[in-house]
Amino acid sequence: MSAVLTHFNYVAVIVLMMGGLYILLSTGNLVRRMIGLAIFQTSTGLFYISLGKVSGGTAAITLDAVSAEGQALAARAGAEQVARYGVEGVIYSNPLPHVLILTAIVVGVATLAVGLAIAVRLREAYGTIETDEIQALDRVLTAAGQVEPAP
Amino acid sequence: MITFEAFYAAPPALTAHAPALLVVGPLIGACVAALSPNSRWAWMISVGSTIFAVWMALCLAGEVARQGVVNYYMGGFAPPLGIAFRIDALGVMMALLVSSVSAAAALYSGHALDAEVRSSKHTLFQAGFLLCVAGLLGLVSTGDAFNAFVFLEVSSIGTYALIAAGERRDRRALPAAFNYLIMGTIGATFYVIGVGFLYAATGTLNMADIAARVVTLGDSRMVQAGFAFIVVGLGLKAAMFPLHGWLPGAYAHAPSLMNIFLSATATKAALYLMVRFLFGVFEPGSDFAYHFMAWVLGPLAGAAAVICSIQAAFEKEFRRVLAFSSVAQVGYILLGLSIGTTAAASAGFLHLLAHALMKATLFMAVGGVALHFRGRTLDDFAGAGRDAPWTMAAFATGAASLIGIPLTAGFLSKWRLIEASLAAGQIWMVVVIAISSLLALAYAGRMLEAIFFRTAAPGAERAKEAPLGVLVPLWILAGFCVWFGIDASLPESIAIAGAQALMGGRP
Repeated sequence: MSAVLTHFNYVAVIVLMMGGLYILLSTGNLVRRMIGLAIFQTSTGLFYISLGKVSGGTAAITLDAVSAEGQALAARAGAEQVARYGVEGVIYSNPLPHVLILTAIVVGVATLAVGLAIAVRLREAYGTIETDEIQALDRVLTAAGQVEPAP
Repeated sequence: MITFEAFYAAPPALTAHAPALLVVGPLIGACVAALSPNSRWAWMISVGSTIFAVWMALCLAGEVARQGVVNYYMGGFAPPLGIAFRIDALGVMMALLVSSVSAAAALYSGHALDAEVRSSKHTLFQAGFLLCVAGLLGLVSTGDAFNAFVFLEVSSIGTYALIAAGERRDRRALPAAFNYLIMGTIGATFYVIGVGFLYAATGTLNMADIAARVVTLGDSRMVQAGFAFIVVGLGLKAAMFPLHGWLPGAYAHAPSLMNIFLSATATKAALYLMVRFLFGVFEPGSDFAYHFMAWVLGPLAGAAAVICSIQAAFEKEFRRVLAFSSVAQVGYILLGLSIGTTAAASAGFLHLLAHALMKATLFMAVGGVALHFRGRTLDDFAGAGRDAPWTMAAFATGAASLIGIPLTAGFLSKWRLIEASLAAGQIWMVVVIAISSLLALAYAGRMLEAIFFRTAAPGAERAKEAPLGVLVPLWILAGFCVWFGIDASLPESIAIAGAQALMGGRP
């Protein structure tokens, strides 16, 4: 039980990830599938960000040790950490995963946009956004040996 | 042996920045093409920037021949702070392949777009095509694991849109593109998760640094989980059996330009990245990587070579036959790589080059005829050999290479694969290659029989000869198929140099 509690961020990531994948694979509605895909992608964002978090760490912006803010942080960190990590006693979270996931979010948004755009064209071409109905429409035409161009 | 120095000619200022310019050239070209006033301009920009990329790839080939490995730090920031491009002989091989195939496809696109894509979308189509090219070139030259993901997605997002552009002919391109988008994004996300595990275990994203630290970690669960995610993710992108479900639909309904480009480069680039991780990051000497290659990769590759060839033999639609054959041929390449020796890897890479060449020839021939002809099935192509003799003769050359008839590029690469598997004592691989070649004879034979020996049904639509603008690049490709079957010193020297760079002196 304690392993679950100390790794609760990973539990959240796994739940989100599997939830997203389940939505993606269980529904035939194209818009819902895109939602599932977005949740799936977002879970990786959470994974990376929780990787970069250092307990007790603050945002990775250099603080002036003599400023009031710096003093407050040093006080909050406690004497032990000040002794361990130097005069400023401020621990920073690792900023790199955050930067990476910023890039991944942009990629995810682009994918979502392209996917939804294709869904719109599908609706115009087939009149439906249900995968089953689209496949049924295609099967009829393929059996007849015909090809339907999109409008 | 022909060396890379023979190609080397560029001012030093260009050569010094060739790794960046290789990617930036098509990227800027994409922006300009999107803003260009008409289809003609966009086409010229597309041809210009892909030829520029070929030139830069040749410059890099010269540099790699002189230095061994080219390291280029983006913005002058050395790793671990900055992103490094790291290009060795294998990267050069892929850069040359991607850039030259994209140049051939760009030349071909002048005629193909008019027939296959809405005229209002021509400029955007060329922009998307150049984005795709830039992404793939970046993918094969970067030395940073996360940067590779970004390039992978730049090329993939372009590909989704370009496949969907096939809707003008056939609305089934839309569901095919959507399906590919879902599968491709799952693959890319798996890759990101895997890289996240590796980052958590090693604290770096530079592939060379990851490799150095993975060795010290020993039997780490986290590294193995990362390995699994990366292999499955890239396997989806590379259409590795049994993750190839998206591929036949995407190939069959996309504009013919995308067939040529995708089959020759996109899946190969994902395969390249997987190979980089298999051999460059996770040492094949380590237990789990070795077991994976011997017990998972090898058997799956063998199954792909046989099962997908059978599927190809029973398909009715022309381009679906070729698509299933592509999955089978990826199986050959992986079969060579799974042996894990330098000789076998070089045989695999030789087959990669040969397959890129012959599939580009085959798809260009089919696409060239399809400009004025709406036939899709084998029956529709009955008698096409009489109506379009030049185009279909090139098709026959490509098909001969696909089967592996002597004096074609496909024969030599299969021969090398058989040699390598015999040397490694893997008799079952020889059997698989033989069975799969017989099946290739069956499906290629069905196509050739329909084209050359059957007569068109009365009243059926007849094929027409492809225009000169298509015939010229087509016959250049077909000529290479034959030339490399007679004198393979050029592709073989490239493949051997690539395999040696990858394996780093291991046997």
